[in-house]
Amino acid sequence: MSRPLSTVLAALAVFALAACSDKPPASPAAATPPASTSVASQRGDFGPPQGEPIHAVLTSPPHVPPPIHRNYPAKVIVELEVVEKEMPISEGVSYTFWTFGGTVPGSFIRVRQGDTVEFHLKNAPDSKMPHNIDLHGVTGPGGGAASSFTAPGHESQFTFKALNQGIFVYHCATAPVGMHIANGMYGLILVEPPEGLAPVDHEYYVMQGDFYTTGKYRQKGLQPFDMEKAIDEHPTYVLFNGREGALTGDNALTAKTNETVRLFVGNGGPNLVSSFHVIGEIFDKVQPEGGTIAQHNVQTTLIPSGGAATVEFHTDVPGSYVLVDHSIFRAFNKGALGILKVDGPEDKSIYSGKEVDSVYLGDRSEPNLKAVTVAAQAHAAGTLTKEEQIAAGKQLFTGTCSVCHQANGEGLANVFPPLAKSDFLAADPKRAMSIVTHGLTGKITVNGHEYDSVMPPMSQLNDDEVANILTYVINSWDNPGGQFSKEDVAKARAEAGPHAEPEH
Amino acid sequence: MRVRLALAWFGLMLALPAAAAEYVALPGGTFTSVLPADGKAAAAQVAPFRLRTELVTNGEFLAFVQKHPQWQRDKVAGILADARYLTQWEAPLVPGGQALPRQPVTRVSWFAAQAYCESEGARLPSWYEWEFAAAADATRRDARADPAWRESILGWYSRPSSSALPEVGGVANVYGVRDMNGLVWEWVDDFNALMVASDSREQGDPDLLKFCGAGAISLQEKENYAVLMRIAMLSALKAADTTNNLGFRCAKSN
Repeated sequence: MSRPLSTVLAALAVFALAACSDKPPASPAAATPPASTSVASQRGDFGPPQGEPIHAVLTSPPHVPPPIHRNYPAKVIVELEVVEKEMPISEGVSYTFWTFGGTVPGSFIRVRQGDTVEFHLKNAPDSKMPHNIDLHGVTGPGGGAASSFTAPGHESQFTFKALNQGIFVYHCATAPVGMHIANGMYGLILVEPPEGLAPVDHEYYVMQGDFYTTGKYRQKGLQPFDMEKAIDEHPTYVLFNGREGALTGDNALTAKTNETVRLFVGNGGPNLVSSFHVIGEIFDKVQPEGGTIAQHNVQTTLIPSGGAATVEFHTDVPGSYVLVDHSIFRAFNKGALGILKVDGPEDKSIYSGKEVDSVYLGDRSEPNLKAVTVAAQAHAAGTLTKEEQIAAGKQLFTGTCSVCHQANGEGLANVFPPLAKSDFLAADPKRAMSIVTHGLTGKITVNGHEYDSVMPPMSQLNDDEVANILTYVINSWDNPGGQFSKEDVAKARAEAGPHAEPEH
Repeated sequence: MRVRLALAWFGLMLALPAAAAEYVALPGGTFTSVLPADGKAAAAQVAPFRLRTELVTNGEFLAFVQKHPQWQRDKVAGILADARYLTQWEAPLVPGGQALPRQPVTRVSWFAAQAYCESEGARLPSWYEWEFAAAADATRRDARADPAWRESILGWYSRPSSSALPEVGGVANVYGVRDMNGLVWEWVDDFNALMVASDSREQGDPDLLKFCGAGAISLQEKENYAVLMRIAMLSALKAADTTNNLGFRCAKSN
């Protein structure tokens, strides 16, 4: 039996932990990482750079530089240019972006853990502002910011060793930092583990940011930055890759079915935290916050401002998958939308598509429809009374008619005509059956007031129900009284609809 | 030789406005700068001074380099001006179509600006003098509390600098000084001292302005950040540096 043994082992483990917490570990074994711990979690100083210096391949979003197939630490030269330029932020709307490499987000940088990175930051001559760069993948004061403060038309150089692997945000850190970030100055640097990342079919680069313009969302023309909105954290736009439409339509990300997709998803902020979600996909694997420990089977992953995550999933079903910030008004009202288009054969065993489309009568939500049941039974038995009809009609009225005509039948001034003490109703009670079954559009005058609106045909109500409702109405609120039968309604339904204005 | 001189003189007449540079008197006084005088909160004391109403233009600077050839771009000492010095001019003595006579001269080093001002019997303004003059708008000596004043500065920051610079001669402020904000950056005499606190232990690391959060540390009021960006720009420079959007005007002590 294994249970007693495992219990003993568990007890021993507890004892060992307790012992460890009492005093600092003294044995050499405690200082050496266990064999099961990946190199991934260790600091990656693999010695001085070897071989010829390598010029890093930089890519514009949504593209990612190719994987590094190298088994030694190298000197990698990165040359990044800061460009201030006017670009579209939405259809017909432009914005003066400050960029790393001419795009928002900035160029994607890919190095290997242990590499020595010689970083050249160039500030274009026609820039107005000085800029610098703080790379979260740098160990050192300011993440390189102090060493890279660069006036327009100048170039700075500094060198760092990429000690920690992961996916890291970089951004400008010149005061006011928030404004430089809000204008688009951020991007991602990937520090690959020494053994590389598992191969996938597609790697893409997506980065969220919030933008603050003096004009409203989609207000046309060149929109200046709005500091007040930025301080209040009320963005005009929340966008993937710096532009509404950067990842939709012809710019959508693409994959085929039965492929693996890896997204490097960053969040530049400056303010908002992203609830990153892909509608219709489940992330098979997420490395939250760009860390080493993976989480599996994730629906939505939180990406902090100034943070990033790696998400991976397998494509099974063709179609359009929507990348959103699931703080969902940002997606549909501020632009945080992207599309991953997956092509390939359907797999009906995983997802069927629409199989049934039928009417669901959800509006009869009145909790107690007992009177309706009673009336239906009485009608079937041929003993239906006017009182039973009124009782049933009252309950049906509440579920359907009262939404517009109000529970007290008074309607709403100038919009929905009254049914209470209605001269229009009294003038021709039979017309009411036709109105309910066919609807009524156009001008009518009720109790001296003109109404010009649309009542759709209440085709979800059967003849029985219409008869009961109208019997209730004609006997309520000082209306003249009377009774409608199922057969009358059926006849009215079969005839042509009513006219708003009487024919002359 | 005589013909060349005559031509140069003719060019000078075309380039120069008829009147000599105009200076106006500013009263100075106690002034709340974005850079507190003691590194904490003390107001700055600005002595009465005179300030050039307009930025120095290409036309004026052409006259200067004609008279002082050591400041022509092909003759200037490398330690006094970087490689971009006056490169927007067609030739060392021909500003050309990209540098019109009434546009402010840019791509000038601090050394060159200082030398120009000396040629007018003047000097570069101090930061406090510059900030004092720039705080005014058309009707008020200190418009800084008005969001519209700040917006006008930010509006300039938001415009890309791909198009040609406007000419000098914008709306005069209450002192009669023009184009303090919204046209170019301007050299000040003490540009490289702006980061030096009187006591670094009290104000923190001078380098902090270059980092995250620095704005929050050194700013008393949030409207100051528009001005602080100018300081950040100036502090990024060395005296021989030139940039496309950096010009100057001169000042005189009373």
